[in-house]
Amino acid sequence: MPRITFPHVGESYRSFKMLMEDLGNEVILPPRPSKRTLDLGVRYAPEFACFPVKILLGTYLETCPQGVELIITSGGVGPCRAGHYAQLHKKILRSLGYQVDIVVFEPPRLYPLEFLHNIQRLNPRRMSYRAIYECIRRAWRKLQALDNVEKLTHKIRPRETVRGATTRAYRRVLEWIDRAYSLAEIEEAEQSAIEELKKVPQDPYRDVLRVGIVGEVYVLLEPASNLEIEETLGNLGVEVERSLFLTGWTRDNTWAETTEGLTVKEAALPYLPELLGGHGRDSIGNTVLYAKRGFDGVIQLAPFTCIPEIVARTILPRVSEDHNIPVLTFFLDEQTGKAGMATRLEAFVDLMRRKKAARRTA
Amino acid sequence: MAVRVGIPSSLLYYLYYPAWNTFFSELGARVIPSGNTTREILDLGVKEALADACVPIKLYFGYVKALVGQVDYLFIPRVVCLNRETTYCPKFLGLPDMIRHSIKNVPPLIDVRIDVREEGDALFKAYRQAGQVLGATGRAIIQAYRKAMATERRFFSLLRKGWSPHEALQILKTGSRPPKKKGRLTFAVLGYPYLVYDQYISVGLLGRLKKMGVDVVTVENLAPRVLYRQKDYLEKRLFWTLGDLVLRAAHYLLRRTNIDGVIHVTAFGCGPDSLVGKYLEMAVHQYRNVPFMSLSIDEHSGDAGIATRLEAFVDMVMRKKEVGLQCPGSLSPM
Repeated sequence: MPRITFPHVGESYRSFKMLMEDLGNEVILPPRPSKRTLDLGVRYAPEFACFPVKILLGTYLETCPQGVELIITSGGVGPCRAGHYAQLHKKILRSLGYQVDIVVFEPPRLYPLEFLHNIQRLNPRRMSYRAIYECIRRAWRKLQALDNVEKLTHKIRPRETVRGATTRAYRRVLEWIDRAYSLAEIEEAEQSAIEELKKVPQDPYRDVLRVGIVGEVYVLLEPASNLEIEETLGNLGVEVERSLFLTGWTRDNTWAETTEGLTVKEAALPYLPELLGGHGRDSIGNTVLYAKRGFDGVIQLAPFTCIPEIVARTILPRVSEDHNIPVLTFFLDEQTGKAGMATRLEAFVDLMRRKKAARRTA
Repeated sequence: MAVRVGIPSSLLYYLYYPAWNTFFSELGARVIPSGNTTREILDLGVKEALADACVPIKLYFGYVKALVGQVDYLFIPRVVCLNRETTYCPKFLGLPDMIRHSIKNVPPLIDVRIDVREEGDALFKAYRQAGQVLGATGRAIIQAYRKAMATERRFFSLLRKGWSPHEALQILKTGSRPPKKKGRLTFAVLGYPYLVYDQYISVGLLGRLKKMGVDVVTVENLAPRVLYRQKDYLEKRLFWTLGDLVLRAAHYLLRRTNIDGVIHVTAFGCGPDSLVGKYLEMAVHQYRNVPFMSLSIDEHSGDAGIATRLEAFVDMVMRKKEVGLQCPGSLSPM
């Protein structure tokens, strides 16, 4: 059985692990990115490579000594650097003496044959396409369940009466979903997970602010890379809505653009008509949409030196002015500290509260 | 009075200014380039642009600021793709939007979009659109376009003969060629034209090398035909035209043996260069042991620091060459 691994993106590894084992691969689980991951990544990645490159490289360097033969990752068609990560990682890993290969999934609507070829490489049991489709369907359902449960925690956490109760419940229910295997089991696990989360004692009268989070996909999806910003905000009494989830991103990049995607494009049009790669245009479009939906603020997360987000960040002050919505940007890298971020977030939350109070009295 | 069109002297200015200048002048406009980089212009840009942007973008902002109030239009084309294959850095793609939404009182922009992947004659259409903004008629535009292309061809052929853009512009203007001397060493100075040729932000790199008796080969001195012949140098083609050319030039020059050293000029925080630089470093190791130096430039680059590093590098290469000449084989590639 080929030994494979993949990047750590939030809780999604639970679904990928199931899929890859179903296809007959031995999975070496990527650990949650830690200080050690970063140290390894920073040591071998180019200095100005963006944060995700360093985290992913660090993750691979933690799993490769365990005998990984194949790394699975996603590609990209540019002009964002992310499309070249896999090739860069492979070169660096090879130069360090790891004989690994990388399977890169490019958008299948552009490269359908390569997509099928890649699937066959991950299919040592020579299962039929029909059987593979069934496996993917179950994995997809699990991914949806994971995303749905996470979304719910964003709503409940700012209203909890015992601090940390939501996070504890969330950790517990993740294991339930993890253990579910058949479609029916996954649905049942999701249902009971949602019920369990709703049992967390809440204060329904609390004045909760609503903040939208936009930015680059990896730092949005991996809590270890954004220093658990959603949890920090939740503890400050802020309900978070993230513009991106793995299921949404995958849909946008595999089959066709979703209606949500098209709306975002339209909203960004007056400010940035060009597709820059990455999520630069989405950051702007989503900020406009959040403002229209009456959110109290927007937070942009981007890796340090991220090109599309720098362009977006240059334009965002104008969006913020035109639509009267506060925007706070974090450029994240290995130097970002949690205390500094918490201070800036507290100040931002104070600002939004005062603004909201002023609007109410007016 | 003639319409005044301002062209900021950075980024693609170093490659396409002669063509743009000819085109707008032919249509009766007065072209105002923003001149050479100075401390004041850079400071203006640093104040205006985002701190996380790279120094060429900050400089571009400074140039635009300097032109505000002096011109009726600013020509900031959105250059997406010119060779049907690779695009430019996302910052180039969003350039007109960044300028429009973050600088106050900007004059109207002529931000024509050029993407030849969509239509074969997209380049002409972009020029036509630019001409129409100035109110020119169809025939005048065609004529101006032809002249612009002819100038561009002459300019590029001068670059390929080994002149730098500044010298080539001089030759186009006056017809007299500056004297040329053969140096002791030949270096490949690889990097984007807006870094290599900007005497201020590169801290006079080319001039210093010339003074030390070093001949310089840049990406622009090589014919694109030769560069595109470099096949299979990467598993996946780079997305960015300029970065791709730098890497191809490196492979081409390293295969020839008469390069004594390679200097990579890069801007602090440059996105594409984080990849290009790494690949370049690997390429240098792969071919043979050519001395390699990476110069990272930002708005704080000091005169003395760069001068010391350059001198040390040139001395080292010189000594290596002398030793190699005395006892060949002692420095054979590993």
